[in-house]
Amino acid sequence: MTNRIDILFNELSLNNETAVIPFVPISWPSPNQTEEIVEEALNAGAHAIELGVPFSDPLADGATNQLAYQEALKNGANMQELFKIVNNLRNKNVNKPIIAFSYFNPIHSYGLKNFASKAKEVGLDGVIVVDLPPEESEMFSKLCINNDLHQIFLLAPTSTDIRIRNVTEQASGFIYCVSVSGTTGVRENFSQDLIHFVEKIKQHTEVPIVIGFGISSKQHIEFVSKIANGAVVGSAFVESIRANQEGDQYRKITEFIQNLVEVNNE
Amino acid sequence: MVKKFPDQEGRFGEYGGKFVPETLMPALNDLEKEFNSAITNDAFNNELNYLLNTYVGRPTPLTYAKNLSKRIGCKIYLKREDLCHTGAHKINAALAQALLVKRMGKKRIVAETGAGQHGVATATACALLGIQAVIYMGSKDYERQKINVARMKLLGAKVEQVNSGSMTLKDAINEAIRDWVTNVDNTHYLIGSVVGPHPYPEMVRHFQSIIGDEVKEQIKEYEGKLPDYILACVGGGSNAMGIFYPFINEKDTNLIGIEAAGEGIDKSHAATLSAGTLGILHGAKSLVLQNQDGQIEEAHSISAGLDYPGVGPEHAWLKDTKRTTYFSVTDEQALAGVELLANTEGIIPALETAHAIGYLEELSKEIKSDSVLVLNVSGRGDKDMDIIAKRLNFFTN
Repeated sequence: MTNRIDILFNELSLNNETAVIPFVPISWPSPNQTEEIVEEALNAGAHAIELGVPFSDPLADGATNQLAYQEALKNGANMQELFKIVNNLRNKNVNKPIIAFSYFNPIHSYGLKNFASKAKEVGLDGVIVVDLPPEESEMFSKLCINNDLHQIFLLAPTSTDIRIRNVTEQASGFIYCVSVSGTTGVRENFSQDLIHFVEKIKQHTEVPIVIGFGISSKQHIEFVSKIANGAVVGSAFVESIRANQEGDQYRKITEFIQNLVEVNNE
Repeated sequence: MVKKFPDQEGRFGEYGGKFVPETLMPALNDLEKEFNSAITNDAFNNELNYLLNTYVGRPTPLTYAKNLSKRIGCKIYLKREDLCHTGAHKINAALAQALLVKRMGKKRIVAETGAGQHGVATATACALLGIQAVIYMGSKDYERQKINVARMKLLGAKVEQVNSGSMTLKDAINEAIRDWVTNVDNTHYLIGSVVGPHPYPEMVRHFQSIIGDEVKEQIKEYEGKLPDYILACVGGGSNAMGIFYPFINEKDTNLIGIEAAGEGIDKSHAATLSAGTLGILHGAKSLVLQNQDGQIEEAHSISAGLDYPGVGPEHAWLKDTKRTTYFSVTDEQALAGVELLANTEGIIPALETAHAIGYLEELSKEIKSDSVLVLNVSGRGDKDMDIIAKRLNFFTN
């Protein structure tokens, strides 16, 4: 399968650039703002967008995202809303990769088959299901493959060699490499262990590696650019949006993203 | 041949499994190995049995409830888990897991608690074995079970209030898992019920099965036969699995679980088996209370220990296969159950247990006078005295 995600990483590798992928929950901070936030971030130079479909019990997320999810759920966030947003963005000729991030229960509740076929219909490129390891994923993975949807698997610093081998064998689109043992949320520094861990993954696969959890600054992206193909900027982007709800919030989004993607011009 | 459940993947039919973030998968696989090796190890079993006998106070008695029997119209025996050290069955699995943790060389335990009984049991086991305990508790439960909070603190545990979501058991579990994800290298998550990802449902069942094993011996001695009915309350379902499991292949024994119907099953309740749908919560596929978008709904019960929108996957499977049946009783019926057992037998049960007692009136309509029934008194009611006194208007004129 080749979709926008593969095209993106091919281009980036030719230019030796690092993907900056912001994350934001849908229907947040207000019900109908997601499309504008996405367009603003992508126009500012973000290479792809990760849209969070909230879950009431997000055990892999830290306090920042958890609070945003609670608010988004009150704003009516659900799977129908995700597909509506992606559909509208594609109709507005937004052509960069769009990746969904969620937990398994909301997808299970929507129906695995419905999810995969609807994803194809509207032009979703990838899906990250943070609590669905490969062991539990057989049926869903098949549906994703049949609908040109990359199911992005995660690897964590605790992953054993056997698990790294198994996950890389099934990897599609990119591998989401969790930077630390823990939940999502802003962190100061990353350890040397992360470099070693990414090297270990690279021994098994050519699939691009994207690092997530804790990425918040230009310095972090610089660090990532030396070892991997991209970075997800989640809680830091969410915090920035929350902090700048008053005033010219879209200009702040542009500034936030431009600062991060500058790494590719240096 | 009888098939073994859970299977290799930790599934009970379509229920169970391991739905957790990648960070935890290696820890679950390790735990499974450690558990399987420990329970076939003589030294481990001997140490556990020694503590169960000399520290917990096992075997717990099986008490013939003469007055209650007359009232209901059958022969009722009470399995007295309320007489365990710390006042509930929770200590059985907490102590066993803490021993396992010691064997694994981990120095820190996190646990969730609803009613506080599992938190107290965990804090107790950790105090005994010299392990650091951090207990997560929803702030709503923290308020309504203050005595247990004080007990945990006295036992040296750190009690963390959880203010997210519904501020009850499910949110305490989320927070305990977050802690575990962050500190997985040195920390064990000591789950108190037959919920969570594999191997927890199997492991907690194994360590609680001593309840049913003892009943089997005791009832044979008193009655010369196995019971016709076994009755237990079900929140996550650990005391029920513990007493049911040794009887799973005894087809003449009816196994009945009683859930919390709260204010009524058409209003707010915690009757997951009676009214839940297939979903994934806290690492396992099971029945859950959820809305049409797959968001978990808040449960409600007067009993903090049953106030949970999920249930152990094995219960969901036993229900499907019709080996067990489940009914639910309301807050009011449970309160009546507390009074009934207190008045007839001089035993104040926990509000959780009171749900099983609250079902006896209904069961009395169909039960034969020579039927033998065993009711699992999962815990004692001291911790609930505030709520009971308030609801029964003891201090108003």
